[in-house]
Amino acid sequence: MSDSSIFDVLGPVMIGPSSSHTAGAVRIGNAAKMICGAEFDAVTFYLHGSFAKTYRGHGSDRALVGGILGMNTEDERIRSSYAIAEDCGIKLTFVETDLGDVHPNTVKIIFSKKEGGTVSVTASSMGGGEINIIDIDGERVDIDCKYPTAVLQYQDQPGMISLISGVIATYRVNIATVKVNRTTKGGIATMVIETDNHIPLDAVDGMKAIDGMSSVRIVKG
Amino acid sequence: MYHNAKELLELTRLGDRTISDVVLENECRFTEKNQSEVFADLRNTIAIMKNSSSIGLDKNIVSMGGLIGGDAKRLEEYRLRRTTICGDAINIAMARALSCSQCNASMGLIVAAPTAGSCGIVPAAVITAAERLETDEIKRENLFIHALLTASGVGQIIAKNATVSGAEGGCQAECGSASAMAAAALTEMHGGTPEMAFHAASICIMNVMGLVCDPVGGLVELPCLYRNSMGVVNAMTSADLALAGVASPIPFDEVVEAMYRVGKAMPESLKETAMGGIATTPTALELGRN
Repeated sequence: MSDSSIFDVLGPVMIGPSSSHTAGAVRIGNAAKMICGAEFDAVTFYLHGSFAKTYRGHGSDRALVGGILGMNTEDERIRSSYAIAEDCGIKLTFVETDLGDVHPNTVKIIFSKKEGGTVSVTASSMGGGEINIIDIDGERVDIDCKYPTAVLQYQDQPGMISLISGVIATYRVNIATVKVNRTTKGGIATMVIETDNHIPLDAVDGMKAIDGMSSVRIVKG
Repeated sequence: MYHNAKELLELTRLGDRTISDVVLENECRFTEKNQSEVFADLRNTIAIMKNSSSIGLDKNIVSMGGLIGGDAKRLEEYRLRRTTICGDAINIAMARALSCSQCNASMGLIVAAPTAGSCGIVPAAVITAAERLETDEIKRENLFIHALLTASGVGQIIAKNATVSGAEGGCQAECGSASAMAAAALTEMHGGTPEMAFHAASICIMNVMGLVCDPVGGLVELPCLYRNSMGVVNAMTSADLALAGVASPIPFDEVVEAMYRVGKAMPESLKETAMGGIATTPTALELGRN
């Protein structure tokens, strides 16, 4: 069980009406946008469970759209996020679905990038505005965005973890947790690093430059 | 960090400290902020709570879905024009809770404590108690800050070990948790021990064990409005019981675990899907259509 701040439970400061369906949805949108890490012109939201049943009444749809546009939980423009998305030329689709054995407030967001290709992020709104990212492009993860977090994908080979942590240490960033998964030995590995302090852009560039690295995405600065 | 009430209580016994002392120490350690910085952040929280709990007292704030509006003002006017059954403390606290609930439902700015649906309970309880206990502004604010620390500690324990999400645990997880947080805060504000604070919190959750989340039209309006006024009353009465020496033989950690299991046992129709409870009454369905 990880440590937490009082402001995780006494907060967020938010526009109503629902911390899980409005504020949590905004935060999910924010995190998903950062994970996508590229410009996109279409987004499909697959809503599961309670999200699917109550999204209009809670403004979850507006909140998710506000989130992917970069708004925060206190932003009064959340109410007009659909119009703002349209002005940005982003096509939006909402689908009610069953994502299986997941938290009742879960959404799978698929971004269609302008450069081609898609990015999929699945996340749950845990209550009180807290979120948990459970899947990125088919890789299971467990990211609660309480710490600055980076998601890396690279060729699974000896020395990678050492090279990555070496870059981070150079910038005097302290690692709190590291989780590594790989689909097959010698295949693509996914690493999630949570740090105590902010990960500077130079550190991100340094990690991107490592031989064998395919992507480095900051989920929360 | 304390992972449950048992651990938090043990920490309070080291040096005869209050729950708020222990929570503050943990917060400073975890966030690497000093006490002044944490207090400054809490002052911001307090300002928003004061606003949302008063805005509805003299204005007709109507919700986005149109289902609620004007009740905080109605209750305040009632309290001021005649002798109420329950007295001033409960009625002003209820009016404040209703005001926050209305503010939330009109897409106003609130502090989720622990959730938006239950946002009226902690502010109403703490503001009402603080104004009755302290006339000096600075001492009152200090009392408020410590109350919120205590409330948060209880909330952290529930969020860690159970849930504060209506979709996962029903209204018992949202309003029950908020009441427990408020009750512990009230107990400490009135000089109760940490043990008493947890007895008050336990009683609150037991009082609403099994409470469903059945939102009319899927909105956070009805019955959320009434559950907020109920929630602050639950907190206030539970705190009085605890301060009198009424104790719960079931420890808080076990009560929270029971709440979690009850939440898991509840059908989806009663957990924030608007598919059961009052949400599916003929009138609610009609209201939802309009």
